[in-house]
Amino acid sequence: MALDFGYGISKPRTIDLDRNEFYKGNAVLGKMPELQSCIGCGSCTATCTAGALTDFNFRRLHTLIRRGEFKGIYDEINKCMLCGKCRLTCPRGINTRGVVQLIKRNMGYLQPE
Amino acid sequence: MAGRGASWSEYQKQIADDHYYYARSCIRQNFFPGSERAFLRILGEELGRDICDDPRHTSCTGIGYHSDIVPLETIMTVVARQFALMAEAGYEHLVTSCITSFGIYNEILNTWEEFPETEERTRRYLKEATGRELVLPKSVSHTSDVVYHFREQIAARARRRLVNVQTGEPLRVVEHIGCHYAKIFPKSGIGGAEFPYVLAGMIESWGGTCIDYPERRHCCGFGFRNYLVQANRGYSIANSHKKLESMAPYKPDFIVANCPGCSMFLDKWQYAIAEMEGTTYGADGRGIPVLTYEEMAGLVLGYDPWELGMQFHQVDVEPLLRKMGVEFDPAAKYLGRDGKYIGRPEAAVVNSGPDKRVYRIRE
Repeated sequence: MALDFGYGISKPRTIDLDRNEFYKGNAVLGKMPELQSCIGCGSCTATCTAGALTDFNFRRLHTLIRRGEFKGIYDEINKCMLCGKCRLTCPRGINTRGVVQLIKRNMGYLQPE
Repeated sequence: MAGRGASWSEYQKQIADDHYYYARSCIRQNFFPGSERAFLRILGEELGRDICDDPRHTSCTGIGYHSDIVPLETIMTVVARQFALMAEAGYEHLVTSCITSFGIYNEILNTWEEFPETEERTRRYLKEATGRELVLPKSVSHTSDVVYHFREQIAARARRRLVNVQTGEPLRVVEHIGCHYAKIFPKSGIGGAEFPYVLAGMIESWGGTCIDYPERRHCCGFGFRNYLVQANRGYSIANSHKKLESMAPYKPDFIVANCPGCSMFLDKWQYAIAEMEGTTYGADGRGIPVLTYEEMAGLVLGYDPWELGMQFHQVDVEPLLRKMGVEFDPAAKYLGRDGKYIGRPEAAVVNSGPDKRVYRIRE
């Protein structure tokens, strides 16, 4: 039905805080409040074993969850091998390995059957 | 005065009272030719002001400049020629119909002030190319500035007001200001970049009320290359889409814009969005009419809508005309000069009511 003009309406890349869901991010932060102190330096991602071989990016993932954009996150977080190198390098001493496990626990049942 | 009022009062500019040199707009001569004619009629016949409509002046080449096709030296020389023509005609106050041109004139005058060597170079190029001498204008105004300047005189001559004659309520108006009016040089616009008052002042003087919606200051999306390159056109329409989504819940009676590109895109993108997504934004299931400020002034002064060129709009204006109590001849809509039939557009939901397709009306 729709006419094809040779282009569409580009989707905005703005963060819409009115529509995003924060309850998952808040659940993680509730159990691991130290994540609030993350400065987003990316050391966790830079040292990540899984990230060296794939596009797995832990900094991006936990940022998205806290922002309320967690679509497809569960599949991504499962790429983590739980080696814990990110925890050793974090300048804020955040238990990043624990954050990964919390995210897995919170996101698991969201997956479609 | 506090808050927004204070912000408006800080940004006032000098607008000449008489003896204007008129610079037309490329887009408007094609899409809204009646608006430029209405401006000349309002100033000349209604207000008795002297305005020179010089056939020798050309495009300012602003669209080419912003699309990286026309080099800076070329546009400076073209602009210098316009100023030289104005001086030859005996005028000092430039009034330009286009927001892009208005931005260009301000940008170039400012560049000449900041970098005098560029002015010297332009003087040389102008002399070599045309034999003319550059004379700087005393003032540069946009035509909406001039209409704003005379808004109370127009209100005193008004035959109608921006009021819904059926309910007696003021019409709800979305005012949209072109980005190059005051976002480049805030001091060059009435009210500055944040709270431009140029259209709001007209609406208030003529009895309407302005809608303050979240995306009020968002760009219409023209953006020159955003539109001119087809691959980028999705970004262009996305901006208008964002604005229309934001304003629709406030149920505006019409949109008024002071920029040729904005008037065109906010009007015509409504058709494209309806065809792409099946969404319309008007409260009656059609589009929201988009007017130029001259058309708005012309309706207030009692001009015939078809003489104002309102049949050129994508979204039909008849629902608005009925709300305002404007008498018009529906059969004369597509008659051009001398009663010659000029053809009518194909039916689409934004201009002729719902057809067989199912559209989602944005509440």
